Amino acid sequence: MSITFQKAGLLTTLQDLGRDGYRRFGINPNGVMDQAAARLINILLGNDENEAVIEMHFPAPQILFEANAVIAIGGADFAATLDDESLQNWQPHFVKKGSHLKFQNKTNGNRAYLAVHGGLKTNRWLDSASTNLTAQIGGHEGRKFEAGDKLSFNKKTKKQPHLAAAQVSSSLIPSYSRFPTVRVIAGAEYEMLSEETRSKFFEQDWTISVNSDRMGFRLYGEPIMLSAPHELVSSAVNFGTVQLLPDGQLIVLMADHQTSGGYPRVAHVITRDLPLLAQLGANDKVAFHLIEHNEAERLAIEFENELNFFRVGCRFQTQSWNI
Amino acid sequence: MTDKSIRIFPLGDSALTVEYGTTISVELNQRAIALADHFQNNPFPGFIECVPAYASVAIFYDLVEVKRAFGESMAAFDAIKQLAEKTLPTLSSTLTVTTRTVKIPVHFDAESALDLDFVARENNLSPTEVIEIFTAATYRVFMLGFLPGFTYMGEVDERITTPRRETPRTLVPKGSVGIAGKQTGIYSLASPGGWQIIGRTDVEMFTPNSESPTHLQSGDEVKFVPA
Repeated sequence: MSITFQKAGLLTTLQDLGRDGYRRFGINPNGVMDQAAARLINILLGNDENEAVIEMHFPAPQILFEANAVIAIGGADFAATLDDESLQNWQPHFVKKGSHLKFQNKTNGNRAYLAVHGGLKTNRWLDSASTNLTAQIGGHEGRKFEAGDKLSFNKKTKKQPHLAAAQVSSSLIPSYSRFPTVRVIAGAEYEMLSEETRSKFFEQDWTISVNSDRMGFRLYGEPIMLSAPHELVSSAVNFGTVQLLPDGQLIVLMADHQTSGGYPRVAHVITRDLPLLAQLGANDKVAFHLIEHNEAERLAIEFENELNFFRVGCRFQTQSWNI
Repeated sequence: MTDKSIRIFPLGDSALTVEYGTTISVELNQRAIALADHFQNNPFPGFIECVPAYASVAIFYDLVEVKRAFGESMAAFDAIKQLAEKTLPTLSSTLTVTTRTVKIPVHFDAESALDLDFVARENNLSPTEVIEIFTAATYRVFMLGFLPGFTYMGEVDERITTPRRETPRTLVPKGSVGIAGKQTGIYSLASPGGWQIIGRTDVEMFTPNSESPTHLQSGDEVKFVPA
């Protein structure tokens, strides 16, 4: 009842929605970069939305299924094939024992997710299956997957269920783009930017540097400067915090960010739009649009409400799978 | 009534920061830790966690849960901000200082103390004098951050303060004890880093499989002793 990684892929890790509760010990949450994608495919399969998923970058892994399974893929589109037949994202698929899952090319986005109905068997550390690559703990032995690694399922799939009608409704799928505009709210040091600097921040497209990773995305563009240098004493930062570096460039903190930082916090990407940012890769571009804090809350709640409807529908459907 | 010098601002749409000030001081740090401890021990509906720092506390919360508990008509940020404002005055009057002192044995041999000679030269002292001054003081753990179990401690005696290295090391050995300006800290894991390394400890600072994942916590006092 397991899968084997025949090829490991560039950076393939086990993640869930993150390890909350330990930031004050310097232990950051980690977890998936694109939370919407991981939640949607887990819900689609009738799993708890915090069930561990496999996060993949391109080149992606090649996976042999040593048992039947029902799977779903979401997030980036890497043109998945199962024994050379193409698989659509955001739908459940029955996988027969002995099949090979491969990914042919990167057509959209940079992080794809694989979930298995019933979940993957994981060792949890501090209540989470997420991988902490810095501390080399959590996830699969604290590291990325390597060729030859095996991963077991929690649940046996005996026969092929009737899956035809199930899929993620298109209104829930984030509108991924290589040049998105993401909405932000003002950060604590936003007021230190002059009018002119603010226009520069919002009116240009920022390019994602190749020096970007799961810790943070470095963005470069025409530099923006504070009227006077400003050094802060370290304080807590967050996933989506946009920091202004002394050279006028930006860094947006991502899932593996450190728990604290001392650079001016000019903005925060809203939860609703973090998946759009999380799917970007080197040389993609992003623009920022300022909204009010209340609007950010409203957008987050709106998504949660839509997700609730989806969850109810999926529960009904996956119960009838009878596998 | 809230102290006018306290600022409360959003840290994203599901967290906020209570900032007591913008300097390193024991008093501000004590107040930050007291507020963090209060919410850790008395969590509100939707509370995720508190993160105390030098002079601030971040409060992380679940937007949906907070809205459900505090009313849909009110912004979650406003609800938690008001809760924090109500809590602040009750804490300042009942501030209790409970600190424990932890001894950390340190090796100061040349192989461990990579920058000891540099720190001595910069301050016109001998390496032995640097060690004497460094181990004479008791340090406060102001906060943890950067790495699991990495401690930001202070304050280092003015006679041995040294700025960060101009070029950070690509790999600082685990257990290294460093100085950055008035701060001192222990690298809980091998990591890139720019602090001036003056010694190394064998004590495990990051203890992932024990009940408390770190050897030290915010508010602790630390005394370094030659190993």
